Amino acid sequence: MSDQAVSEVDTPPPAAEPPREARRGPARLVRKAAWLALLVVLLALPLYLDAAWLKAGQYMMIGAVGAIGLTLVVGQAGQLSLAHAFFLLAGGTAYTVLSGPTGDERVAGFGLDPGLSLLGAVVVAALLGLAFAPVAGRLRGIYLGVASLALVFLGLYFGQSAEELTGGTSTGRTPASFSLFGFPFTNDGPEISLLGVPIRQAERMWYLFLLLTVLAFVIARGAVRGRVGRSWRAVRDNEAAAAVMGVSVLRAKAGAFAVSSAYGGLAGAMTVLWFDILKPDESEFGTYGINVSIAYLAMVIIGGLGSVPGALVGALIVNGLPQVLALYSADLGWFSGTGDGALTPILVSSFVYGAAIVLVVLFEPGGLAAIGRRLTRLRRQPPEES
Amino acid sequence: MNTFLQLVVNGLGKGAVFALLALGFVIIFKATEVVNFAHGSLVLFGGYLVVVTKDALGWAGASLAGIVSAGLLGLLVERLLLSRSRHADANSLALLTIGVDVIITEEIVRRLGVTLPFLGDAWDAKPFRLGGITLFRTHLVALGVAAVLITAFWLAFKYSNWGVAMRAQAENREAAALMGIRSSRVTATAWVVAGLLAGVAVLFIATQDFSGAGLSRGTHSIALAAFPAAILGGLDSTAGAVVGGLVVGLVEALSAQYVSFDFSKSAVFLVMLVVLVVRPSGLFGTRERTRV
Repeated sequence: MSDQAVSEVDTPPPAAEPPREARRGPARLVRKAAWLALLVVLLALPLYLDAAWLKAGQYMMIGAVGAIGLTLVVGQAGQLSLAHAFFLLAGGTAYTVLSGPTGDERVAGFGLDPGLSLLGAVVVAALLGLAFAPVAGRLRGIYLGVASLALVFLGLYFGQSAEELTGGTSTGRTPASFSLFGFPFTNDGPEISLLGVPIRQAERMWYLFLLLTVLAFVIARGAVRGRVGRSWRAVRDNEAAAAVMGVSVLRAKAGAFAVSSAYGGLAGAMTVLWFDILKPDESEFGTYGINVSIAYLAMVIIGGLGSVPGALVGALIVNGLPQVLALYSADLGWFSGTGDGALTPILVSSFVYGAAIVLVVLFEPGGLAAIGRRLTRLRRQPPEES
Repeated sequence: MNTFLQLVVNGLGKGAVFALLALGFVIIFKATEVVNFAHGSLVLFGGYLVVVTKDALGWAGASLAGIVSAGLLGLLVERLLLSRSRHADANSLALLTIGVDVIITEEIVRRLGVTLPFLGDAWDAKPFRLGGITLFRTHLVALGVAAVLITAFWLAFKYSNWGVAMRAQAENREAAALMGIRSSRVTATAWVVAGLLAGVAVLFIATQDFSGAGLSRGTHSIALAAFPAAILGGLDSTAGAVVGGLVVGLVEALSAQYVSFDFSKSAVFLVMLVVLVVRPSGLFGTRERTRV
């Protein structure tokens, strides 16, 4: 094995940075208007959708937050991570423990304010990511990917053995319902209605998740476009050259890992809130198992490695498809079979994202983000040339 | 002492199976620099073919059919998908194999449904006592079969034309191609060999002795332990794969007994982490060098 061959393993796919000229002039305004319109639509959706669809939408937003974090570390910093499910579990557990009631005999709890606990979950996950940084800093490429897989297995064991924190695999434990500054995100509290639509738990949680997703998105875009993102990409493209340019390679790598874990932790806390239960897995396959790590990786690959908007679309496909299929199947009578060999929505969406990964790598390594860029360029080019 | 001895023998037996799987990883990696995340699905596919053909061919014939079809699936994946994207870098191709793995695994798990058939008819669940310790026949046969296969592979790797071509390609792909070595053929054979080894391994994994569970999603998870085995030994070292496999088997058996069963899987990965921190390219792997 030659050294040249090894370094090839580490060469990540091309950067998913929007071209410079796209940020100037009328194109920039159009772009901003499009994002704004999307936001308005998302804000208005609870007025039209019923609770089941809102729930499905929330699940997509969980995926979006997690995928944004993963695309930063895998796509921008070039560090393959299969540990995302572990950080989900860590964040979910941290939220549940911090916000849990004190004095419970079976499980530990600190009785903190849920808002503070959510922040705490993010911090705990980030610290765990930082703790893994010494390992991540030494390894590259596939070695790092498999090393990070170790975290998922440790998480599995932790979930099974630390019953005081996680509630154990058989029963799990219920997280404190979310509230911010005394405002509950449940059906309790003040009756609010907007245009005649009562804003109850589903709607409130939608707005909470939307807020978190927008925050996650804006922060990630800022990081990608700023000095931090440049240092990540420099390290990804060539560690030695990055070091020569004055980038602290270890710090950049550790930073990327910590940021991505923080995102994972937030997604984990959201997951626990969404399920309204924290229940660690019994095997490698479950809510925080290898399959989840792979699903998040799939979102990032499908969306285009390193692209933040791409991660959103990836999450829409990978996390959204099973939800939407399940909702539609109730109406259309699909997937009614049960037992042996039944096609379930989860199974069908696994096929779809498995195939999507294969197709993306074969035909468009830049993912959907690259397709999107090409489309906008096509639209813009004729007037520029004339 | 007896317990310990028994654990060591059983651990080595399990380790031999992991070694077969890890060897498959390493062969593919050496030939193409691609890490095959779909290895678990090759294992499942071979096992599934045994289940399907057992009634018609009998156990021995079905086993052979399973082994061969796992090899063919490896060939198919390489020819249909990986060879088509020669310009994609090895990292993307590794991601591609994740997609392949998801599809094949989900489909086979769906087809298996709730039936979880055992596959090691000839040796499964026939423990015997020898000098005060209980030995599982599965583990002993696995040790023997692995020893034969690994020796055969090693001889072929060392002396056959294929082995020389393979080593040449691993050393320097372009130079090997210029010397008239057919890169595509070497690569395809690597995938076939890896598939065959996976097909053999499943006959030992889906047994009562080895896992206590029949062919299922769990088989795929067990096959995942070949990952730390290959990484621990060094991804580009065939000797490392064998050593890594044995280490993983021993660690799993000993920690399951002396710590807890739940811990044994994490223990394998913990050992791998420790090795990687000390030696980032595994025990026998080639160190990376960077040139600016």
